[in-house]
Amino acid sequence: MTNVGSELLQVSDLAVSFNSGGDWRNVVRDVNFSVSAGETVAIVGESGSGKSVTSLALTRLLPADVTRVSGEAIFRGQNLFDLTEQQMEKVRGDRISMIFQEPMTSLNPVMTIGAQIAEAISVHRKVSRAEAKEEALAMMERVRIPSARTRFNEFPHQFSGGMRQRVMIAAALACKPDLLIADEPTTALDVTIQAQVIELIKELQAETGMGVIFITHDMGVVAEVADRTLVMYHGDVIETGSTLQIFDRPAKTYTRALLAAVPKLGSMNDAPAPLPYASFDLASGKMTPAPERPDTLRPDEPPLLEVEGATKRFDQPSPVLKRVISRVHAVENVTLTLRRGETLSIVGESGCGKSTTGRVITGLYDYQSGSVKLNGRELRSISAPDRAREIQMIFQDPYASLNPRLRVGEAITEPLRIHGLATREKEQAIAASLLERVGLKAEMASRYPHEFSGGQRQRICVARALVMKPSVIVADEAVSALDVTMKTQIVNLMMDLQQEMGLGFLFISHDMAVVERISHTVAVMYLGEIVEIGPRAAIFGNPAHPYTKRLLSAVPVPDPSLRGQRNPPPVLELNSPVRPRDYQPPERDYIEASPGHFVQVPGPEWA
Amino acid sequence: MKQIFSTPSAILLSILVVGALLAPVLPLHDPLAMDVANRFAGPSARHWFGQDEYGRDVFSRLLFALRSAILISGSAALLAAAIGTAIGVAAGYVRGFSEALSLRVMDVILCFPPLLLAMLAATLYGAGPQTLVPVLALVFVPSFTRVAHASVMTVRTMDYVDAVRLMGASTQHILWRTILPAIAGPLFVQFSFVVAMSVVLESGLSYLGLGVLPPEPSLGMMVGAARATFIDEPWLLLAPCLLLTIVIVLLNAFCDHLRHLLDPRRSQN
Amino acid sequence: MGWFMRRIVQSLIMLWIVVSLVFLSIHFVPGDPVELLLAQDGAAPDPAMVAMVRDQLGLNRPLHEQYIDKMTELLRFDLGTSIVDYSPVATEVSRRLPRTLELIGAAAIISLLIGLPAGVLAARAPKSLFSRGAMLVAGTAQSVPVFVLGTLMVILFAQFLGWLPAGGFVPFSRDPAKHMLLLIMPAATIAIGLSAVVFRITRASMLEVLPLDFIRTARAKGVPARRVVIRHALRNALMPVITVFALQLGGLLAGTVLVETVFNWPGLSGMLVSGVNARDYPVVTGVIVVVAACYIGLNLLVDIIYGLTDPRVRK
Repeated sequence: MTNVGSELLQVSDLAVSFNSGGDWRNVVRDVNFSVSAGETVAIVGESGSGKSVTSLALTRLLPADVTRVSGEAIFRGQNLFDLTEQQMEKVRGDRISMIFQEPMTSLNPVMTIGAQIAEAISVHRKVSRAEAKEEALAMMERVRIPSARTRFNEFPHQFSGGMRQRVMIAAALACKPDLLIADEPTTALDVTIQAQVIELIKELQAETGMGVIFITHDMGVVAEVADRTLVMYHGDVIETGSTLQIFDRPAKTYTRALLAAVPKLGSMNDAPAPLPYASFDLASGKMTPAPERPDTLRPDEPPLLEVEGATKRFDQPSPVLKRVISRVHAVENVTLTLRRGETLSIVGESGCGKSTTGRVITGLYDYQSGSVKLNGRELRSISAPDRAREIQMIFQDPYASLNPRLRVGEAITEPLRIHGLATREKEQAIAASLLERVGLKAEMASRYPHEFSGGQRQRICVARALVMKPSVIVADEAVSALDVTMKTQIVNLMMDLQQEMGLGFLFISHDMAVVERISHTVAVMYLGEIVEIGPRAAIFGNPAHPYTKRLLSAVPVPDPSLRGQRNPPPVLELNSPVRPRDYQPPERDYIEASPGHFVQVPGPEWA
Repeated sequence: MKQIFSTPSAILLSILVVGALLAPVLPLHDPLAMDVANRFAGPSARHWFGQDEYGRDVFSRLLFALRSAILISGSAALLAAAIGTAIGVAAGYVRGFSEALSLRVMDVILCFPPLLLAMLAATLYGAGPQTLVPVLALVFVPSFTRVAHASVMTVRTMDYVDAVRLMGASTQHILWRTILPAIAGPLFVQFSFVVAMSVVLESGLSYLGLGVLPPEPSLGMMVGAARATFIDEPWLLLAPCLLLTIVIVLLNAFCDHLRHLLDPRRSQN
Repeated sequence: MGWFMRRIVQSLIMLWIVVSLVFLSIHFVPGDPVELLLAQDGAAPDPAMVAMVRDQLGLNRPLHEQYIDKMTELLRFDLGTSIVDYSPVATEVSRRLPRTLELIGAAAIISLLIGLPAGVLAARAPKSLFSRGAMLVAGTAQSVPVFVLGTLMVILFAQFLGWLPAGGFVPFSRDPAKHMLLLIMPAATIAIGLSAVVFRITRASMLEVLPLDFIRTARAKGVPARRVVIRHALRNALMPVITVFALQLGGLLAGTVLVETVFNWPGLSGMLVSGVNARDYPVVTGVIVVVAACYIGLNLLVDIIYGLTDPRVRK
């Protein structure tokens, strides 16, 4: 156990350059910071900021032949950059440990997790196999992996994402290191699991007094964990200081832009209708709050979308014969209504069925029972070309949603070509005007998707969705893969379009704070069912179902002064919607807690 | 497109292929014309590579032999590509029972070693190109099916395919305009690979006397025939060996080049 | 356990299908199969001869009877008799098969010993002189047809240098030294091409695995570099190597035909080639069935190894 307060790591003038195709590119410049025992330092920034590269440079894990690192990193009296690789191997895992972002791919798939944890011990300590195993088991229990002894011999693919991250933590902390570097450890996890993992790290830190460098893009997480914070942008450290100071009195423009863009749960408590984000001009440093605008919702017109009792189940046949042995109950008895000018958000964690619901509503999947009415007509009876004119979709992954072989202009007007709706010249004119409409330039139409950034690609996808002039747009996690600043711009764009065209949006997301900002109505899904649905103010202000409460309590709040005041939900593996063949779904009752606010009566599992 | 033919190996290969295919119209000696009086003559002004054991012009025999190798391999590869791709795409897109059936059938075909299957065919139907091309095609259909199937499986998970479906496109449009262009790359690589393998197989079969029938020239047969007279006429053996090796090396290099061009990591830079 | 049983059953079914196809292949021929077999130089064969051979081959009986007979024969490991000299095919095959397998086995061992370490080394420094040089050598080695290589080797080592005997065979029991000497060149001929393939696939597979996330995790734990390469990288990289290697071995079962011809190594090829030339189709089909069975067995073995090493496969 190290003395709390003593300095562990002192980084000065750190710079990193990469060599690609013969040119050296400077990706990190002039980084200075220190970490003391018992302290957590957060490095926060968007993609391309250089935060991960900084941490990898410290542990010397960057590929040696294409990387140049300069500066000093003094750890326990030695400059880490002066050590030989052999000496560095002794430091890694023993004195300085790292955990990474993707628990799915960060573990060796053909080695048992027990062996991987024990390995962390046996490469640094002279212990027998049995002793290493015992220590590994102790670590597994410490990170609360249930049934540790039996699961010791299981393989990574048999664990969920949250559990795998715990395995990583167990291996990283097995030798009780002085410093832990956590590189976006919770980004790929559901929000409730994220809260548990953060809690775990904090506990272990309190126990051992180790220092933690926490790398993230989420200001809420920063507020939750960090004593001091470094803000990075394009390889430069923009601002450093205590977390309280940074949040309270951000000195630099970029920091203020970042903080302005971060959704804050509870910020909409007094707002009656959805509100676009303030726009921030990086050049002048001026923040323009969103202009006043009337509510887009038109409750008196006939509804765009009426879903009642929609159900979609996927059969899982046995590998040998064609018999169905189980089913995935992806969408179970879903009922909702979308009106003109309304944004209805569906929230939930992974596996809850929100994406599948979106796909059923757009017609990509056929539903087995219930009804889906688009503008009054049953979805099944609408022909594909007609359906394309009424409902469109924007997808999550900007890199997979555009055909890499089509120029951007062609991609946008492809629906017109399919149905022969316009001549060549008209097509080009339409593409040009749509590109301008979504905030891009008309001459970009002749370029290919790979020449654009993620945010720009999403704008192109919005343009493509608009070309058939639909009345409903389903946005399936459309902004989830984008940086914070880009997120707010795309959201603002969508809201502008809604204002202009009276579009109805079905916004599928797991990001509660964004949902709070833009929705009229919110539906919460769990295991394929809607457990709560109602006006945004009711759901966020007065959540009734236990799952909704759990979800809201797990969202990190970007206010350091509120740290430690939430109670994270207890450890609970997310159940799966896979049921045996003969499963009969239980009858569900809904009560109306307040006008328009429906809550599913919680079953016995929520006791 | 231009990138495909930019490497020296590709250029050299193109020259050889075009030259060989044009052999009948070039001013060459008749490859079958015998001149027994001048058998084993060395290189001369009239016969650049000399004459073989029957006095036939070695240079033109080599070129015509290369031509038949290319024609046989090319047609077998095209046939295999057409059939294999069709089956693979159908299996990958439609799925279900037809998918399982197609893949099983391919597994059965793969149980037969190619050379032996060709020999069996030669036993039953007689040797010669008319047996060779269908057998070679059959042997390589599974590889195209697998490549097509795997590619289709990857592409169909892409959101842009769903986006096209949402546009109300017909299955035809999706298959021909969206999916096929996406899988074309790996199929081209596989095509070049299969041509190379066919040339190897064809030469092996000719060496055993089961390929192109004499007196038509074939590279494998020329190697086999020249072995006995190596001490006196080394060139008669070395020439077909060298040509065969060079062509296969170039084909493999071209194949690697295509694969390198297609590497998804390249487009990310 | 269930997974293994399923694979074994699948292989048996495959074997049955293959065998059925081969033995029925005689019936896929246009025209009378026996006339075709006996026809020499385009002259029509003697009708009496045709009738006798038809009877002998049992072709006059109804198809399903022939089929059941053939299947029961096979279960007794009876592969039929040669048309030419009436000898049982199975006897000759069992005499020659071990020799072919010996050749393949020797080549396999040599190529693994060369290809695997070279591939791993090249992957660790992919732009180095060693790696680039080895890739060039491997590319050429892979491209030279095996009968060209064999012929050139005989000329170089036997006729010019006189270091090794040109070809032939001596049983191990009679003269072990001479046997091994005669084995060297044919095995080396095969091994050269095979090592090249093993080298390239090992290098490529390692290059795919080395940048993966879990390798970084292992290094971050402080696992020494050598252990990372062998215990973490290679164990994952071996899967495609095993697959390709098995594919190559399967192809080798046929490729040895050429090598055995060049070096007069009396394995299955001699039997096969003379069978093809004489249109002795029981011999040809008998050999093919045995080779296909070996190939299916090999694939089963590879799948079992896969199942044992990669737990995700057994799900």
